[in-house]
Amino acid sequence: MNTEYEKIERNTLIRERVRKGIIYTCLTIWAILVLFPFYWMLLTSIKGYSAYNGEYIPKFYTLSPTLENYSQAFTAVSLGKYLLNTVIFTLATTALMIVVITLAAFAFARLQFRGKNLVFALFLSLMMIPNELVVITNFVTVTNLNMRNTFLGLILPSITSVFYIYLLKENFALIPDDLYYAAKVDGTSDLRYLRKVMIPICKPTMVTIIILKVIECWNSYVWPRLITDDANYFLVSNGIQELRENGMGRENIPLMMAAVVAISLPLIVLFIIFRKKIMAGVARGGTKG
Amino acid sequence: MDNNNRKAWLYLLPAFLFLGVFMIYPLVDVFIYSFEEGYNFASQSYFGTGGYNYSYVLHDTYFLQALKNTFILVIITVPLSTGLALLISLGLSSIKPLRDLYQTVFFLPYVTNTLAVGMVFMVLFKKTAYSDGLVNLLITKLGGTSVDFINGPYWAKMMVMCIYTVWIVMPFKILILTSALASVNPLYYNAAKVDGTSKFRIFYKITLPMISPMIFYLVITGFIGAFKAYADEVAIFGTDLNAAKMNTIVGYVYDMLYGDSGGYPSFGAAAAIILFAIVLTITVINLLVSRKHVTYA
Amino acid sequence: MKVVLEHLTKRFPSRNKKSNEEVIAANDLTFEIPDGKLIGLLGPSGCGKSTTLNMISGLLKPTEGKIFFGEDDVTDLPAEHRGVGLVFQSYALYPHLTVRQNITFPLENLKGDKKLTKEQMAEKALEAAKLVQIDQLMDRKPSELSGGQQQRVAIARALVKMPKVLLLDEPLSNLDARLRLQTREELRRIQRETGITTIFVTHDQEEAMSISDSIVVMKDGLVHQIGKPQEVYDNPVNLFVAKFLGTPPINVFQGSVRGKDIYIGEEKVLETNSLQLSNDSDVVVAVRPEGFLLDENGPLTLNLDRVEVMGRDISVVSTHPDCENASIRSIIDSDNEVNTDSKTVRFSLKPKKMHIFNKETGERIPFTVK
Repeated sequence: MNTEYEKIERNTLIRERVRKGIIYTCLTIWAILVLFPFYWMLLTSIKGYSAYNGEYIPKFYTLSPTLENYSQAFTAVSLGKYLLNTVIFTLATTALMIVVITLAAFAFARLQFRGKNLVFALFLSLMMIPNELVVITNFVTVTNLNMRNTFLGLILPSITSVFYIYLLKENFALIPDDLYYAAKVDGTSDLRYLRKVMIPICKPTMVTIIILKVIECWNSYVWPRLITDDANYFLVSNGIQELRENGMGRENIPLMMAAVVAISLPLIVLFIIFRKKIMAGVARGGTKG
Repeated sequence: MDNNNRKAWLYLLPAFLFLGVFMIYPLVDVFIYSFEEGYNFASQSYFGTGGYNYSYVLHDTYFLQALKNTFILVIITVPLSTGLALLISLGLSSIKPLRDLYQTVFFLPYVTNTLAVGMVFMVLFKKTAYSDGLVNLLITKLGGTSVDFINGPYWAKMMVMCIYTVWIVMPFKILILTSALASVNPLYYNAAKVDGTSKFRIFYKITLPMISPMIFYLVITGFIGAFKAYADEVAIFGTDLNAAKMNTIVGYVYDMLYGDSGGYPSFGAAAAIILFAIVLTITVINLLVSRKHVTYA
Repeated sequence: MKVVLEHLTKRFPSRNKKSNEEVIAANDLTFEIPDGKLIGLLGPSGCGKSTTLNMISGLLKPTEGKIFFGEDDVTDLPAEHRGVGLVFQSYALYPHLTVRQNITFPLENLKGDKKLTKEQMAEKALEAAKLVQIDQLMDRKPSELSGGQQQRVAIARALVKMPKVLLLDEPLSNLDARLRLQTREELRRIQRETGITTIFVTHDQEEAMSISDSIVVMKDGLVHQIGKPQEVYDNPVNLFVAKFLGTPPINVFQGSVRGKDIYIGEEKVLETNSLQLSNDSDVVVAVRPEGFLLDENGPLTLNLDRVEVMGRDISVVSTHPDCENASIRSIIDSDNEVNTDSKTVRFSLKPKKMHIFNKETGERIPFTVK
């Protein structure tokens, strides 16, 4: 028997256990750091106003949970209105964008026309343009069109995305040409081919794009803030900001946290349902760009 | 063929229409604005053409403060978040049980409204008349003295800012790095193991070079993203970032359009172009550096 | 260094979550690989040969059983400490390192008193490269090499640290046919020169037979037969081994034994002296292609299909209603002349080149002839 081997075996075993222990500890610490703000917002949102302000040392639990803050958030503050606005904005923007980018991606991927390569190259170079550079003129344009404080003004500038057209075009291009010619021979129109063949095949990519766009819309803050100053058109981000700076949330932290929970919840629920799809989509979208 | 041409353009029309109005035209326009000296939105007038806007912006203390803030934010958060994300991803990819759960939890901040969660951070760090806040409680427990992180000294505010920024950018980086790590063929690890390679050496000599394109990608996008920081700042310090001395370049651009300064798009345009120039320069430098150090195998 | 496997077993949990059945990749393997020999682990895909190799390398932990290197039990020793060299099927060369860096890589891992200086490493790397004749390519990246060259780099990398045991996983399968022939000779030469105990896995019986000192024939996680290639070929223990070895493959007939005589159909093809079978019964009769003798009065009549002249030999292609193979190939000396106009051809059989097997178990039934 080789005692040196036994020593190595024992050491390896111990080292492996220590390593695993350290890894799990670190991951758990990070998980707590990630989850804690969520816990805290949930906890604070169910503490009563006076109970919260009475705690000089914040408590990590509450014995008298209340939903009062939530009802107040929807009555005293028009959180319901903000949520509805955001839903309308998100759905309209995403739906319109999907139509626009699908048509464009189809043209680039499937149709032949003069100057296609040049146009596409110019098109791709637009991806480098940061939003911050064009937002100034867009602000002026929308103001001049008298579209401030309207849904149109909110929606129009975000209907196209060069990146998503590119993503979809790449995906469309993977579909073999034969399918297209077979459909042509059968007398299928281009639009029907797009609808019946290309879109179903590329559904995963379309879903990815929709998910990413929905997240983006739900969280958008800068443009809505520039373009709306009428609370009737506030989206959740602006609503919550307004609430915090000028509204009741200034002192009433539990109320503000209730609002925060209410506007965070839809996306979190969406995420929990489509967890795998969303993570795969973000990874794919992220690594292609 | 001609028919086909027309049809293709028809498909492209909506996209081009929107891009033309909201991207290409503004792109040209922003340069024009930036040279129309002192253009005021309310009076629709300017007093000449030239480089005055740039010089104004570069001498504006608010802009210089914003520039400083942005650079500090970039320099601290990009390496910190990338390094941390790499460590966490390495940890994630070397465990099996509970891996899915951890991954899901770590991704959560990605799908939350920055404004909303930012406020939770504010509450955690804020010191009010009623309470020192949770973080200060912790600091005093550990024997330190409490600090007002939201309305207090500059370094404290900057610290909260960096912490929140890292917290918010981590999910994306962890996700990208874990998938990069998963794409390394396990064969290489087996080969290295049989050759008696230590864990650290495997990481340094094999894993790192193989995922270097992804790390590089994250660094570049991280730089670009951090240079454009704005909403996170608003979430924590409120919309009046100049007063809080926490403004960023993007915040400066927007403030020029709106609010207190009353609408000077030409100053905003000059600032936006300066930002674009900075980002472009840094990206190019990054690309040059990466040529030497990144392995594209 | 000799390698001993004792009751080595590897079970994998079933991929199908519902059933609890485990997949047994290696089942109770016990055999010894003598020091300095070249051994071929041979079997169809999925027979557990790669699993066995991975257990020897330490990359896989056996479920049961023990592995010894010499006298030392290495069963629980991690791969890093086993000191084996492993050549992967797809070579696993580090794509971002040059050939030189790839070969030096294992040397840089050495620690303690085994640590080498830069010069020693360079010298050893060059030595290994020369052994596999790639010393001209040291500064290239793997992507700039042909398949055969990559293969050699992989071997050099495995050899450079003078491993106790060299393991090769399907080392030739990614090469084209000509290169494969050349490289296997090369392998044999390198093994002879270094004297390192070498185990290689292959599904190609010709490859295993041509260079191994002995072969281990596996199927379904079980070792069917171990021995020198010629011995195994001449005395297969069962029908599987007989069918698996040899090109063209052995010809398999449904036959029977009556008394001491072997029949195919109604034709008595061989009279034996003694036969270890008590009653008359149906058996499987298998005849090697080289076991046929052209004989006008021979006992076996086949339906002649065509004749292929291959220079030194003639291959007679024929059919028989009781034969499992779609066509029967018999290789005979080119001195023979086959009447291609005839519809049939008659053969007598060489007793040493034919075997009979139990119809149910597939076990070989030994017999002797006068």
